[in-house]
Amino acid sequence: MDLTLHVWRQKGPQDKGKLETYPAKNVSPDMSFLEMLDEVNDGLIKSGKDPIAFDHDCREGICGMCSQVINGRPHGKQEKTTVCQLHMRQYNDGDEIFIEPWRAKAFPIQKDLIVDRSSLDVIMQAGGYTSCHTGGVDDANAMLIPKPTADYAMDAAECIGCGACIAACPNSSAMLFTSAKVAQLAALPQGKPEARKRVLAMTQAILDEGFGNCTNHYECEAACPKGISVKFIAKLNREYLKTMIPTSTDA
Amino acid sequence: MNLFKSTVGRKILMAVTGLMLVGFITVHLLGNLSVFAGADAINAYAKHLHDLGPLVWVFRLVMLLLFAVHITFGVQLYLENRAATPDNYAIQKTLVTTFSAKTMVFTGLIILAFLLYHLLHFTVQITNPEISAQNLPLVDGHLDVFTMVTLSFQKVFISLVYIVAMIALTLHIFHGLSSWVQTLGLSTGSSQDKVTYIGKIVAIAYGLAYIAIPLLLLARIVK
Ligand code: HEM
Ligand code: FES
Repeated sequence: MDLTLHVWRQKGPQDKGKLETYPAKNVSPDMSFLEMLDEVNDGLIKSGKDPIAFDHDCREGICGMCSQVINGRPHGKQEKTTVCQLHMRQYNDGDEIFIEPWRAKAFPIQKDLIVDRSSLDVIMQAGGYTSCHTGGVDDANAMLIPKPTADYAMDAAECIGCGACIAACPNSSAMLFTSAKVAQLAALPQGKPEARKRVLAMTQAILDEGFGNCTNHYECEAACPKGISVKFIAKLNREYLKTMIPTSTDA
Repeated sequence: MNLFKSTVGRKILMAVTGLMLVGFITVHLLGNLSVFAGADAINAYAKHLHDLGPLVWVFRLVMLLLFAVHITFGVQLYLENRAATPDNYAIQKTLVTTFSAKTMVFTGLIILAFLLYHLLHFTVQITNPEISAQNLPLVDGHLDVFTMVTLSFQKVFISLVYIVAMIALTLHIFHGLSSWVQTLGLSTGSSQDKVTYIGKIVAIAYGLAYIAIPLLLLARIVK
């Protein structure tokens, strides 16, 4: 099939950037979206032009690097699918496809479709961990965790940190990402001791990094390639409310 | 204090004040509907309010505080959210959010503008002095609020102002009455929680009831 691509081209962080149009000819329906872009880039390189810069790593839907807004939807039109796992059979001959980078103040564009997502790392560094002593590995079942709790934590841990939730959010809020981390750790015994400190520090980092506030649009959940539920945001809010209740160690 | 600065804390304050404002519009609606029960009913309601004396001022002060907190943080969050989103996509698509959710700050500001007009109209009574209760003959020794209300809403302009404002209010609480469940951490499932639906139905019911008052009086179905 033949397609027309409108791709965001931007030389560097300071450049204004603009959409440019490229044909994509003889695209096989079995190609992934990134492979289709690889072919287009091949053509660009052969004709002496600068190839389209885009992020990718695993190409199997687990690293969260492939960040593209395709026709207004982060990761494109297929539900719960990253760009690398999106296939061209989702498109028809003659389709026009707009490809843009994640857009948010906290995600400055580096080049073309590549954005700097270190602001998510800063949120993680603020509290997305548990402090523990190094040493021998614990016995696998030494700490008993009920199955529903483990499942709940695993659902939250599915987040691959790609940033689609922020790209989709009308407020560029990082609440779904942050809540997945807060909920995962708060549910488990290892995370409980630092739960209060964590939720305060991580939500503060959201604002410090220039993300917006959550106003419950739920676009994040709809865009998430891993189907992270907004119930984790309610959980984060609950964890925040809990910090207002004094504990015996406060007094 | 963290509550006034945090991204979650301010949302919680908005949800709590928003809910208290919903409490207010509930009582206010019930009072207003007494206009359909006739002149005696609404005049008696107005007299009861007046008889509260200094309590009325306590109540007004609380309302002022609620609005101040709700509006300050609402506008603050809105401005921060705009600043966090400087560039639009060439193709802007949303999947699940509603018109009502996207326009919260605007419907809120319409409500605020309306509130000022409403106070000048029915409380201070300076926008239409010729039909204000202060200048109408007393009935049984108290103010004739019923006549003020019916004559007011027979005017197309006044009725339109009220109807537009009540549409804004309906849109505002359409999102607000489902959003608070999430903000206060009470929702357990996805956005499909039952409370969400109940909130939306209540919002529409409030809207219809509020709009019915100017509409039925304007159409002279109720006189
Ligand atoms: C009788 C009047 C009002 C009622 C009953 C009301 C009710 C509510 C409720 C229940 C919420 C939901 C809070 C949450 O998300 O958890 C809310 C949010 C909000 N309100 Fe109001 N409100 C009123 C007036 C106003 C006014 C005058 C403004 C002026 C700007 C305003 C601006 C906002 C904004 C910006 C939000 C946040 C929306 C969001 O988080 O998505 N409201 N309101
Ligand atoms: S490249 Fe790793 S998730 Fe797409």
